[in-house]
Amino acid sequence: MIVEAPLIVEARGIHKHFGALHVLKGVDLLVAERELVFVIGPSGSGKSTLLRCLNRLEEPSAGSVMVDGIDMLDRRTDINRARQRIGMVFQSFNLYPHMTALGNVTLALRKVAQKPRDEAEALGLAALDRVGLRDRAGHTPGQLSGGQAQRVAIARAIALEPRVMLFDEPTSSLDPELVGSVLAVMRELRESGMTMVVVSHEMGFARAAADRVVFMDDGLIVEQGPPAAIFAAPQQARTQAFISQIQRH
Amino acid sequence: MTGWERFLDTFFNARVMAKYWPDILYGMVVTVELAVLVVISGIAAGLALALLRALGIRVFNWLLIFVVDVLRALPPLVIIVLIYFGLPSVDIVPSGFVSTWLALALVLMAFSEEIFWAGITAVPRGQWEAARSTGLSFIQTLLGVVMPQALRLTIPPLTSRTIAITKGTALGSVVAVSEILGQASSAVSNSYNPSPLMLGAAAYLVLFIPVVVAGRWVETRFAWKR
Amino acid sequence: MLDTFFNIAIMRAAWPILLAGLGNTLLLSATVVPLGLLGGLVLALLARSRSRWVRWPLMAWVDFFRAFPPLVLLIFLYAGLPFAGIELGGFGCVAIAFFLNTGAYYGEILRAGIDSVPTGQSEAARSTGLTRGQTMAFVVLPQAVRNVLPDLMSNTLEVVKLTALGSVVAMPELLFQARQAQSLTYNPTPIVAAAIIYFALLWPLVRLLSRLENRALRTG
Repeated sequence: MIVEAPLIVEARGIHKHFGALHVLKGVDLLVAERELVFVIGPSGSGKSTLLRCLNRLEEPSAGSVMVDGIDMLDRRTDINRARQRIGMVFQSFNLYPHMTALGNVTLALRKVAQKPRDEAEALGLAALDRVGLRDRAGHTPGQLSGGQAQRVAIARAIALEPRVMLFDEPTSSLDPELVGSVLAVMRELRESGMTMVVVSHEMGFARAAADRVVFMDDGLIVEQGPPAAIFAAPQQARTQAFISQIQRH
Repeated sequence: MTGWERFLDTFFNARVMAKYWPDILYGMVVTVELAVLVVISGIAAGLALALLRALGIRVFNWLLIFVVDVLRALPPLVIIVLIYFGLPSVDIVPSGFVSTWLALALVLMAFSEEIFWAGITAVPRGQWEAARSTGLSFIQTLLGVVMPQALRLTIPPLTSRTIAITKGTALGSVVAVSEILGQASSAVSNSYNPSPLMLGAAAYLVLFIPVVVAGRWVETRFAWKR
Repeated sequence: MLDTFFNIAIMRAAWPILLAGLGNTLLLSATVVPLGLLGGLVLALLARSRSRWVRWPLMAWVDFFRAFPPLVLLIFLYAGLPFAGIELGGFGCVAIAFFLNTGAYYGEILRAGIDSVPTGQSEAARSTGLTRGQTMAFVVLPQAVRNVLPDLMSNTLEVVKLTALGSVVAMPELLFQARQAQSLTYNPTPIVAAAIIYFALLWPLVRLLSRLENRALRTG
């Protein structure tokens, strides 16, 4: 471990099969409180699947997942309450197109956290304010730019005051000039002490903000360490090949 | 009489029309009653079945799909005749009105279930995942996030299907329902003059032209756009 | 219960009558579907006219026949026209009534299909020297038909089901024959048998359609 703090995510021995496809082949991922873990690797390496196993959007074929002391795979766990503590941000935003930005943010506050409407709206507006979009509260997703839509999606997650945030390629479907606004919000989150697991190709952000970089390939964690070490002096041949390929671009 | 006058006297005979228009008007009331009943019960039942199908209970869904397929494959008139002439053999004697209502409502239920279900499956997976990741339950996600989007998608096909099935109320004339066509037909045989048919035709146009035009508007207004 | 609705003896006795009815149902469908498609194609092509003197009457024509219940049209031809000295016979009335009705539906579907093909397609075709007619026939129509294939098939299913209305004007198709047999035997078995025949005939189409429709909405 790099950061000496209590563990908040403990995923051990995770396997995932999709039919004949063996996507995760026994992965351990431990994340400490307030840590930002950055997961990189070629497409198809299983990084997104690993992330989705953490909040059980995918059911792991084998292994155990504890988040904030809750056994996510236990049948007796109220998975919907547990997911309140784990925010997730998707590559394709997945905003609800039939609701306003504020409606997107307040839906789970009202239905899962059971807040009365006015309190949910106050919390929702505060969350939108935090991502700099309080003035867009009444807009529908169709009226937002990609960068704004993704920041609303982040607000939707942080409004529930999660203990951990999962980011699944949050900037991959954005135009280059819009990436910065989303990364700025993520940086602010990090500085506020949020625990984050990020799957992304934004290597600059990884260098500047990550505590630890995890390199995955072919369903396994190949190598991990501080960003400086992984980027400057990778130990494994596969890591070296991947890093050099990325840096050429 | 010239040919034109004879034509007018035959098909637009003022005396016959004056005598039978109250009958046709009564037929219009019956047609509207039947249509409203069919639309409300058929769509409500179809929506309920689509929501039940989303629960994914395998045996129930197989049964559901089979029943829906049967109702889609059979001509509505065959279903009406089956109910009206078949059920009395087991001592259930539905009236022509009830038979027609039941048959058309079942057909609309089947078609609307298919349309609602297609709408539900058309909502992208990401919507389910985003909602579930914030802790919403399956039911909350289905009703609060997926259905509002699905309903919007289903409005155009549902509208045209509903109009088509509603026109089937004319089939009631076969089992002695006194809706427009039934009234017009018996007036024709009583007066031995086709003018009541012209009145009936006009009655249908008065009822359905606005519906068809409105349907055209709805279909363009809600065309596949996101 | 079984004896009432699935009486084997009656089913066997009614079989030849039902089979003759099925033959007429198929013959009627094989007449109305190609005629309706052809009529629909003409309507769809005319709908592209630039002159509103063509488009407006056309739209009125299509809406008129979409608003009119096909049975009313049929009764009008069958019971009304003889007063004007025109006798078309059962088959003729049924064929003409359903041609008018279904042609309007096919027309709407094909028009939507043609609209769905991007203008770039015909521009590209015209830029290679194809005539307007060739562009329509070889470039636009094939794509249009593929885009609305589920709707075309669904309408065809409706046409086959529509032929049951022929029974109302004594055209000896499947339902008419079944009702004859039913009134002779005082037993609903022949109607049940006819329903089973309709289902066996149309189920494959229904299954296929429900797959296509699901896919169309998902990618739509």
